[in-house]
Amino acid sequence: MAVYPPQPTKEPPISARGPIAWIRHNLLSSPYNIAFTILGLAILYWTVPPFIKWAVIDAHFAGDSKSACTGGGACWVFIKEKLDMFLFGFYPHDQLWRPKSVFAAVLALGAFAKFVPGLHRLKLTLIVLFPVFAYLMLHGGHFGLSLVETSKWGGLLLTLVIASVGIVLSFPIGILLALGRQSKLPIIKSLSVFYIEFVRGVPLITVLFMASVVLPLFFPEGVNFDKLARALIGITFFEAAYVAENIRSGFQAIPKGQYEAADALGLSYWQKMGLVILPQAIKVTIPNLVGTFISLFKDTSLVMIIGLFDLLAMVNVTANDRDWLGMDTEGYVFVAFIFWIFTFSMSMYSKRLEKRLDTNNK
Amino acid sequence: MPAFLRNEKVRGILYQIITIVLFVAFLFYIAQNTAHNIEQRGIKTGFAFLHATAGFDITEAPIPFSPMDTHLKVFEVGLLNTLIVSFWGIVLSSLLGLLIGVWRLSPNWLINRIAAAYIETFRNIPVLLQILFWYNVVLATLPAARHSLNFFDTIFINNRGFFMPELVFGPGSWMIGAALFLAVVAIYFTHRWAKKRQEETGEQFPVFLTAFILLIGLPLLAYLVAGRPVTAVLPELHGFNFRGGKTYTPEFLALLFALSIYTATFIAEAIRSGIEAVPKGQKEAATSLGLSPMQQLRLVILPQAVRIAIPSIINQYLNLIKNSSLAAAIGYPELVTIFAGTSLNQTGQALEILLITMLTYLLISLIVSLILNWFNAKMKIKER
Repeated sequence: MAVYPPQPTKEPPISARGPIAWIRHNLLSSPYNIAFTILGLAILYWTVPPFIKWAVIDAHFAGDSKSACTGGGACWVFIKEKLDMFLFGFYPHDQLWRPKSVFAAVLALGAFAKFVPGLHRLKLTLIVLFPVFAYLMLHGGHFGLSLVETSKWGGLLLTLVIASVGIVLSFPIGILLALGRQSKLPIIKSLSVFYIEFVRGVPLITVLFMASVVLPLFFPEGVNFDKLARALIGITFFEAAYVAENIRSGFQAIPKGQYEAADALGLSYWQKMGLVILPQAIKVTIPNLVGTFISLFKDTSLVMIIGLFDLLAMVNVTANDRDWLGMDTEGYVFVAFIFWIFTFSMSMYSKRLEKRLDTNNK
Repeated sequence: MPAFLRNEKVRGILYQIITIVLFVAFLFYIAQNTAHNIEQRGIKTGFAFLHATAGFDITEAPIPFSPMDTHLKVFEVGLLNTLIVSFWGIVLSSLLGLLIGVWRLSPNWLINRIAAAYIETFRNIPVLLQILFWYNVVLATLPAARHSLNFFDTIFINNRGFFMPELVFGPGSWMIGAALFLAVVAIYFTHRWAKKRQEETGEQFPVFLTAFILLIGLPLLAYLVAGRPVTAVLPELHGFNFRGGKTYTPEFLALLFALSIYTATFIAEAIRSGIEAVPKGQKEAATSLGLSPMQQLRLVILPQAVRIAIPSIINQYLNLIKNSSLAAAIGYPELVTIFAGTSLNQTGQALEILLITMLTYLLISLIVSLILNWFNAKMKIKER
């Protein structure tokens, strides 16, 4: 009997593997494809080299004044010199350790929550206590810390304060609104629907104007919100409507059997919603929620129009400095880059989450 | 718990009564405070201010406007400018979004990546930053009027805006409009006839080519018959600025470009997700029926992709309209800038003016969502 020992598989021909095949398949498979490749190369040629030349090759990094920047490239000296302004606004220079330690505390808390297993109760307590700590540190006026008015806060610090307070506060309000919209009680339902649709129908800037100009009229004299608080109220109540719609879309993904099962167990309304429906609805809609929070983060830049000095507003402030006139370009590019890092990493996170949550349903 | 509270219906009614009482009390509290505060600060109330003289001029008014006109007229000018910039923004962002969306789906790796890079870059930067960048950096650094970028002596670009030829419609121009209308009607009937004939006999008729010829040919014919009534007025340099022709100010352009580029990323994503949502089997089935790639796209893929893509595209149009209010940062005279800005500062009647502004946007949103609902109802899969 003949023996046929298994032969090793033959390598595919060189034209079907490796970079050459990849290029042929992806870039040169048809005349159209070749034309597109040429177009793509042209676009890259017109955009990337000039930008790199401006931002890196011709750019100036060393020095401490505008005179260090001669020639056409970017003047990153400007960013270096004004970095504190971009990060903290008009926060007093000798007090900068306070926002810095808050930033450090955020990182430490994040690392602790992510890498140390267990200790859930401690983590929760720390997270709940953190805003109090941050407020006491930043605002001061107690424990020997000097008072720093919120009008002095600015730059990235202010942007992050607005974004995080907006996210944290709009979430519970959004949940209540979504529950209201789901409710069988006609009056509660119609109030929620009216609120959600009204807010979603108007631009944020009008809500911010309302909060900054009209809101003080609503309260008795003596009750005084500072500018930051007014902006926070405006943004929170604006985004709550969008959060509510996200959560509603989560509700719609919950099978009716879940409600019926909860009812059959004899759970009360709040038990049913809090223990059965909401956890599932929020989980389903997390990617949408992150999307809403990304737009909230971008929308924080609008507070500049009502006179707060957020990260974007710092470009105008710093580029109007007599010593640094004409540095708008560097300022905008730098600020755009910071915004981009935050929003892009949030959207990457949401995509990863979406993938991870997706597998559960299959 | 008393016995009657165990009844869910009774509890429901009770909750609602409590809500109403709290809500009305809250409104009453606010109304009282507001009335008191307004009186204290000597702010006028009511809507009489709409008929008072505005007293300021508007740099860019699509309808004639003078400082002697009323605040109502300011509102009209603002609304018109909002609609104008939104209209062109929708046109431009649709074209750009379609282009990028198609590129994003291209089998060509390079073009695909470039489209992805475009989307990820511009989608993740706040639109207000983009508006300011266009206004303060790109358009502000263009050369002065004397050194304008000159395109064939018809289009001039400088730091005061874009100067383009303006079309002047002389007597007899109505014939061109009539011809255009006629062409549309003719195309509609040709399409119906061709579809009917194909269903009955299987013969095909080149509808697209016919439509193209009709749409170009009829107005051209009318133009010639009417004795060439349309002329173009070219912009000319007089001293330090251009006169004649149509001027697009940097404010308008910055807003338009930033909104279009930003919104185009979302439209491109909507188109991509629409086309990707069509199951693969549909394309395979179309291939096995022997349809050409173009026919596959037109008859099988697009009709299904549109159903998914259009609602989110319409929502993006709505967002664009709302985002046009960011013009307040650069002073393009639209609704928020001049009415909720200048008029508000002049009259001090913030409550009334913001209410009118919000209701106007709300009305626009309502109209757009009516269109959306109509579309969804029309596009709903008709199951047996």
